[in-house]
Amino acid sequence: MNTKEPKVEGRLQALLAEFDSVGALVTAAERVRDAGYTRWDTHSPFPVHGIDQAMGVRRTRLPWLVFIFGLIGCATGLLLQWWTNATGALDFGWLPTFLQGYDFLISGKPRFSLPANIPVIFEVTVLFAALATFLGMLAMNSLPWHHNRLFGSARFKRVTADRFFVCIDAADPKFDAQGTAQLLAALGPTHVEPLADLPSPARWPHGLVVAGMVIASLALLPPLFAAKARLSKSPLPRIQPIQDMGNQERYKTQQANFAFADTRAMRPQVPGTIARGDPLDDPHFYEGKVDGQWVKTFPPQVQVTQSSVRRGQQRFNIYCSPCHGLGGAGDGIVSARALRLDTPGWVQPTALVGDLVRDRENGNIFNTITHGLRTMPPYGDQIPPADRWAIIAYIRALQLSQSVQRADVPRDQWPEER
Amino acid sequence: MASTVGEIDNTLDIPGQRAPLVLGGHDFTSVTDTVSAVWEARRPPRAWYIAFAIAVTLLAVLGAMIGYLVFNGVGVWGLNIPNGWGFDITNFVFWVGIGHAGTLISAILFLFRQKWRTGINRFAEAMTIFAVMCAGMFPAIHVGRIWLLYWVFPIPNQMAMWPNFRSPLLWDVFAVSTYMLVSLLFWYTGMIPDLATFRDRATSKWKYYVYGLLALGWTGSSRHWHRFERAYLILAALATPLVLSVHSVVSFDFAVSQLPGWHTTIFPPYFVAGAIFGGFAMVLTLAIPARSLFGLKALITPRHIDNMCKVLLLTGLMVAYAYGMEFFTSWYSGNPHESFISRARALGPYAWAYWTMIACNVVIPQLLWFRRVRTNAWGAFAVAMAVNVGMWFERFVIIVTSLSQDFLPSSWGIFIPTWVDLLTLAGSFGLFFTLFLLFCRYLPLVAMAEVKTVMPQATLTHAATPHPHEHVPSKRAFDYNPDEYEAHKRKKP
Ligand code: HEC
Repeated sequence: MNTKEPKVEGRLQALLAEFDSVGALVTAAERVRDAGYTRWDTHSPFPVHGIDQAMGVRRTRLPWLVFIFGLIGCATGLLLQWWTNATGALDFGWLPTFLQGYDFLISGKPRFSLPANIPVIFEVTVLFAALATFLGMLAMNSLPWHHNRLFGSARFKRVTADRFFVCIDAADPKFDAQGTAQLLAALGPTHVEPLADLPSPARWPHGLVVAGMVIASLALLPPLFAAKARLSKSPLPRIQPIQDMGNQERYKTQQANFAFADTRAMRPQVPGTIARGDPLDDPHFYEGKVDGQWVKTFPPQVQVTQSSVRRGQQRFNIYCSPCHGLGGAGDGIVSARALRLDTPGWVQPTALVGDLVRDRENGNIFNTITHGLRTMPPYGDQIPPADRWAIIAYIRALQLSQSVQRADVPRDQWPEER
Repeated sequence: MASTVGEIDNTLDIPGQRAPLVLGGHDFTSVTDTVSAVWEARRPPRAWYIAFAIAVTLLAVLGAMIGYLVFNGVGVWGLNIPNGWGFDITNFVFWVGIGHAGTLISAILFLFRQKWRTGINRFAEAMTIFAVMCAGMFPAIHVGRIWLLYWVFPIPNQMAMWPNFRSPLLWDVFAVSTYMLVSLLFWYTGMIPDLATFRDRATSKWKYYVYGLLALGWTGSSRHWHRFERAYLILAALATPLVLSVHSVVSFDFAVSQLPGWHTTIFPPYFVAGAIFGGFAMVLTLAIPARSLFGLKALITPRHIDNMCKVLLLTGLMVAYAYGMEFFTSWYSGNPHESFISRARALGPYAWAYWTMIACNVVIPQLLWFRRVRTNAWGAFAVAMAVNVGMWFERFVIIVTSLSQDFLPSSWGIFIPTWVDLLTLAGSFGLFFTLFLLFCRYLPLVAMAEVKTVMPQATLTHAATPHPHEHVPSKRAFDYNPDEYEAHKRKKP
């Protein structure tokens, strides 16, 4: 074994001693520690038990780091859920829309309920802690490190298989090329060798670098396209790569369909029907118009009798009273509530017993029911025409009932005299 | 160099003697050589090629099925109303369950200082990763409009909408993706020293750089090992509650709903036990062929198989208990819908699936009471295969029976899988095995560094060798003596 001052090309960086058993390594480590060296290390294919003591390695602080990141993860999980699900009702108008919370109301459950949030809090905690463990371990070990003077030694390759090494750095204050070499030789190594600067730091192979650069630049394209789409406007319709329900299998107008005897996919009109939107043959009854003018009368097929007014009252109470009120004063419960909540944009329903509606022609009111008016929704598809006329009769009755003169009422029905 | 062992029975416990976990007189060199040989061989065994060809074909089928699904919608599956979930979620729960054994072996057995885990943990962890990939795929493709899948993540968006964090389905997203990531970290962390071994044995420049990149410059420094071991311990401690949480959360998908047969508090522990059960079955399914194929019989010994069989038996009994308990709770609840669905499971239109499940999960595993079955690799393999089938049917029974016959008889309906369903299921095995076979070929199959720590040579013997010069590593002293075991076995009644 060579115990003379080691010869080495370039500056001497470290001395490396090789051992072939766990026992020899631990004994050697104890000796080097006792000799007072500080900048040295041992290397082994697996964690050797007892080596920490033999080398005097202090306990790592990694667990604290993990603990702190676990707490951060816990807080993140909690805040994330609170912010995204429970703050929609709070006023954070000054934030950009995409950062504001959303008010999730589900089955009337509370917006923020800790029990339901525990699973996600737990997962985020574990996630943060695990990432901190992995990255913290690497960072504390100063890894990854692609180039290391140890890799210059051919023998050192066996450190990941079956050999054990002690490496003393030349920068150690106690280092002295000859003395240290002697110390190592006395520990019973199978080999001692000097380590120098690597002649040239290992370079990545050319192909790998090029491939890496190409992949990295290609990877930039999708985010760039996304950013462009996000920041610009286009007059074209949205691209729909998958035609959800936009494009269905169905017969088009002039196609043949052999399910029918005449093989026409486009079916002729069934006798006695009219197509949607076509004019009806009785504008008085169906539109409330004669010669383009609103009618003041009721159409001939509508008889205003006590029973038809009753019918009208019943329909009115169902369809109109929620807004216009049972008495037609424009004070229905929907409106009352909207006013109480101060709903923006709410227009109070017109008082049907007021002068405005009193002066409206029957045809006009018929038209309002059928098609709605500004904020009033249409009821044409819910109330058949005869019922619409019945409602109008009832509205007229309401109007009468609320502006009667004494003279209009037969004497024998005056309330105070009954 | 170690001899290749025939089957030596190391499953007996001899008092006063530690059962060896590595057979055949291996030392550090030969362990490294044996494991690296799988990777260094110029060609993998012929069986590998055959398996790989099948796996890749199935993978292509999977790709085609997913493409077909994306362009046509989930209507190509046999789903209907009331069966809004069918094979998709069955497969999800099946795969995610398998994905639990890996972390269980790595983390929980690690915390319990079960040294036998070292032979199989790398396998099992790899299996976990690949199984979780298969699992994650199913919920992803079952959403219908796959291109909007990112809606499940809390990403700031112009709609100012966020996911609903009170839904178990969203908990699932967080649980499964956290699990995937943590398992990956755990697997990779444990593999760094072994990747360094491959780097140091690399025969070509490319291999040297690729494995060098993956090994992150590992030098086996004791100072690094110190932090590495801590980190590994912490990861194990984090992964253990995680693994329990993940399948509990998966079970919440069902238990939190109001459907009879799903709405029970027994689900989380029942699912976790089932996951371990199914996962160990899959580890056995993979380990038994792999150890003979790649010459790892000395590292994955009959004792390993025996131990896994015992875990399988135990968890199988837990699962059987849960099956029984389901009947009990449905009867005890006095809820007519609950007791109806219990009866419907055993006697209704899916009775055949239910009894397949009982046969595979409850009856067949009882064979493992016999030592002869546990120590016979192919016996254990057969039982494991039965459990694989049984666990798939368990999920199918849970999902489909409850859905197909809910509260309103007029809306009952039967789920019949389409060819797309069946081929997608087959394809998911293709994905799993393709990844697994690639792993066998290109990554260290057994955790070499960890196996070395459980070999007798790794224990500190320097007290007995006061002077290092006199330290002669005596291999024979640690050698396992099969005769002694045979003698001991004969003594047993
Ligand atoms: C949803 C609430 C709502 C219901 C229900 C409702 N209306 Fe109205 N109606 C309104 C509002 C609001 C206006 C005032 C619209 C405006 O001026 O913008 C209105 C106005 C009217 C007018 C006055 C139109 C005019 O010429 O100015 C008439 C007549 C009328 N409604 C009749 C009815 C009848 C008849 C019914 C039942 C079939 C009915 N409404 C049901 C909300 C309602």
